[in-house]
Amino acid sequence: MNRQIVQLFGLFTVLFAVLVIFTSRWTVFEEQSLADNPANRRPLIEEQRIPRGLILASDGRTALARSRGEGRGKNRIYTRTYPRGPTFGQPVGYSYIANGRRGIELRYNDDLSGDEDEFSSILSGLESQDREGNDVVTNLDVAGTEAAVAGLAGRKGAVVAIEPKTGKVRVMVSIPEYDPNQIPSAFRRINSDPNQPLLNRTTQELYQPGSTFKVVTATAALDTGKVSPDTVIDGSSPRTISGAPLENSGGEDFGPISFTDALTNSVNTVFAQVGERVGAETLVEYMKRFGFFEDPQLDYPGFQMIPSGIRRNGTDYVESGFDVGRVAIGQGGAEGALDTTPIQMAQVAAAVANDGRLMKPRLVDRIVHKDGRVKEKIEPDLQAEVMKPETAEDLTAMMARVVEEGTGTAGALAGIRVAGKTGTAEVGANREFTQPWFIAFAPVDDPRMAIAVTVERTTGQGGTVAAPIAKSVLEALLGGGAG
Amino acid sequence: MSARTRELFGLIPVSLIVAAGFAAVIATRTENVSDATLTYGAFFLGLCVLAHLFIRARLPDADPYMFPLAAALAGIGLVLIYRIDAELAREQAQWFVVGLALFCIAILLVEDHHVLERYRYTIAAASIGLLLLPRLPGIGSQVNGAFLAIKVGPIQFQPAEFAKLGIIIFLASYLRETGDILVRPRLRPLPYQRQILLWGIPVALTLLAIPLFHLGPAGSLLLAVFMLSFAAVLRDRPSPKHFGPLLLVWGLAMVMLILIRDLGSSLMFFGGFLALLYVATGRLSLIGVGSTMFFGGAFFLSQNIAHVEERVDVWLDPFKPGVVDKEGYQLAQSLFAQADGGLFGQGFGQALLELPGGSTILPAAHTDLIYAVLVNEAGLFGAAGLIGAYLLLVYRGLRTGLSAADGFSKLLATGLTAVLAIQVFVIVGGVTRVIPLTGVTLPFVSYGGSSIVANMVLLALLLIVSDHARSEARRRGGVV
Repeated sequence: MNRQIVQLFGLFTVLFAVLVIFTSRWTVFEEQSLADNPANRRPLIEEQRIPRGLILASDGRTALARSRGEGRGKNRIYTRTYPRGPTFGQPVGYSYIANGRRGIELRYNDDLSGDEDEFSSILSGLESQDREGNDVVTNLDVAGTEAAVAGLAGRKGAVVAIEPKTGKVRVMVSIPEYDPNQIPSAFRRINSDPNQPLLNRTTQELYQPGSTFKVVTATAALDTGKVSPDTVIDGSSPRTISGAPLENSGGEDFGPISFTDALTNSVNTVFAQVGERVGAETLVEYMKRFGFFEDPQLDYPGFQMIPSGIRRNGTDYVESGFDVGRVAIGQGGAEGALDTTPIQMAQVAAAVANDGRLMKPRLVDRIVHKDGRVKEKIEPDLQAEVMKPETAEDLTAMMARVVEEGTGTAGALAGIRVAGKTGTAEVGANREFTQPWFIAFAPVDDPRMAIAVTVERTTGQGGTVAAPIAKSVLEALLGGGAG
Repeated sequence: MSARTRELFGLIPVSLIVAAGFAAVIATRTENVSDATLTYGAFFLGLCVLAHLFIRARLPDADPYMFPLAAALAGIGLVLIYRIDAELAREQAQWFVVGLALFCIAILLVEDHHVLERYRYTIAAASIGLLLLPRLPGIGSQVNGAFLAIKVGPIQFQPAEFAKLGIIIFLASYLRETGDILVRPRLRPLPYQRQILLWGIPVALTLLAIPLFHLGPAGSLLLAVFMLSFAAVLRDRPSPKHFGPLLLVWGLAMVMLILIRDLGSSLMFFGGFLALLYVATGRLSLIGVGSTMFFGGAFFLSQNIAHVEERVDVWLDPFKPGVVDKEGYQLAQSLFAQADGGLFGQGFGQALLELPGGSTILPAAHTDLIYAVLVNEAGLFGAAGLIGAYLLLVYRGLRTGLSAADGFSKLLATGLTAVLAIQVFVIVGGVTRVIPLTGVTLPFVSYGGSSIVANMVLLALLLIVSDHARSEARRRGGVV
């Protein structure tokens, strides 16, 4: 009998092992899919019981999102309110049980809800702390953001301001706005609004960049040594580019002109020739260094971002086979035309401003524990070395001329030298509308801010429509003429 | 160190675990650890020491690990129940005291377990009677479709918990006597032609039957195992009359399935029977015939008893839309609770048991799903610890069977241990979706007076057998 008893013990050992294996299956291997099961109401209940952390502006005091508690004891639940209403709606987003999350609320959900890894949760279990969210301090500047909203004055468009040295995103404004406080009551109406207030025009909408793209072309041309700022090129108009005549703005004929003067006056025919000299392959390579052809490397939800680049028929991204001359001046053709997000153009300006070193854009500066300790500080991070410092230096001088005596004089600040580039794309079925742009950075000697401004389907030029908005935002960010 | 002193020292970590568990639960409620936790721990230790002193006096040579292990399990159970509902924990503590009292009474009454053999038919009849009580009008009560409990006034009582003891005692005694006759020593091998016939006919029948009855993979396997096992049994050329009792036990299990409508307890009894049958005869073929007949019968009945069929459907897919909120709710919530626990658990007192409105999220958390609560609070590690404790208890129980001198003692110790182990497997397997979820209790841990009292008596019987085996070995001068 003893042999059988030993075998029986073996059987029970196996059976008990099966129990442990199945317990591991539910607790470890399928934990996530069970947590995500729509029939599982635990995460929702847990979530409502946690006071989410604050989302704060860059001053560390102004609350952009806070939690409000209702009920007592075990029944206390929290809901989210947004004290600044629509002004910070796009970057901050929202978080509601029934409507889900967007923006920083989604991207930093684990921090805001105090979600911890297994080991820290044991520690806090030992300290018997209630779970509580951490505060998120953003880089968003209140005055700059308000200036951008006031500058756009209800016109559809976007403003992005980035600190070139650190990549801190100081302004992210997309008009029309939505009020995140109204999401629980009016989500359906907001979501179906034909003006698309939920669309973040800074990261999620593509526009033709117009002549602002000449900065990218110039970067490729100067950095590869194909031209220098003093190279003289024929700026007569019209010129045949890829078998079709191309005109300068207003048909103006500049004759032989230096590369610097060509940027100052935004001479299409010169840049088209330079683009052909650079070639499609090199241009695409430099575009990629600037971050084109991929989502912005921003700490923001992926579904709210789209890559900039050259697209065929407005859908497929292409890296060859396009009309390089027309792409070089920010346009293109049926076989491939430029489409960019405003944040991408702000990054172009920021890369030039920071000696050619492009920093990853960052909405959030630090995560702070409720007791004030800094849990995580987000350090500046290099995205790409786009160009040589000398190239950046040349370009800065050229872009400063644009603001001093060229198309961008409306972007000039009192007492602070600004470098910039205007752009005006013609859009609409009969080219009856314009898409004015202005990208800039300031001060020229030691750039502290880079900016991109665009207004959607309007009339007027980049220098007259977009540059004044950039000026007021830069004044707010850099402290007016005091510098 | 003597066995009893080892037992005493074993109780110290047990009391510490219990005190720490209460401390954790109370801390999450009141934010300060009152001395109440020490009181609970000390009270628990005091009770266990009393029982220990009793064992010291009556069973000086009994296994020193089984009692502390059972006490640890009961202590963990008390902490978990206290965490669910303090009032239930008070009741459970009272039942624990009653259980300890019956434990002592059993040891006093049954000085030598061999006397039980004398009353085996009485015990068997009483056990079957107990099992059928819940079907009696007036006192029987149906819980979740199964007839497992009777209600007399305020006291609810699960007779199956006691019946399992009686049936094991009967089977141990019966198989001790007939085990040798069931399988006669193998004669010389059959001639070649007969062998081919013996194996060929079942193979041919199986191959014929599978397409004829459109059997699925599970059904085909069941049939094949049954046929081959049956052929193997026939090879021993047993006399048919000895199969009567076997068929009787199988019939009993089926009747239980029909009358009690609970797959879990039926599985527990029949599994205990098969374990004993195997230990007594050493023939896997008998187990093959028995288990395939059980599963075949259970499958057939599950098609015809709505309650059992529903349990099986829920087991196959608890998340099916329309099921997950109704029949599948309990199992689905059990799995969600375990996922919520993760590797280390939420911590004692931290798991979510109530919805914000005050209704419970885990149905029957203190009985059926107490393992899910443990996983939720103590995580995979805590759960593995609990299973480990059960495995140690099973190990000590089977060792008792190994060291026992006579057949009845061996079979009794093995049977009692086996039925405990199978019960753990049935309920934990149900909660973790290894098998369909049924309403048996987790021994020593689940809330329930009948469960804790019956299991304390089971422990008493094991200790009695152990004391005999070890004192005899000591007398012979062997090392224990």
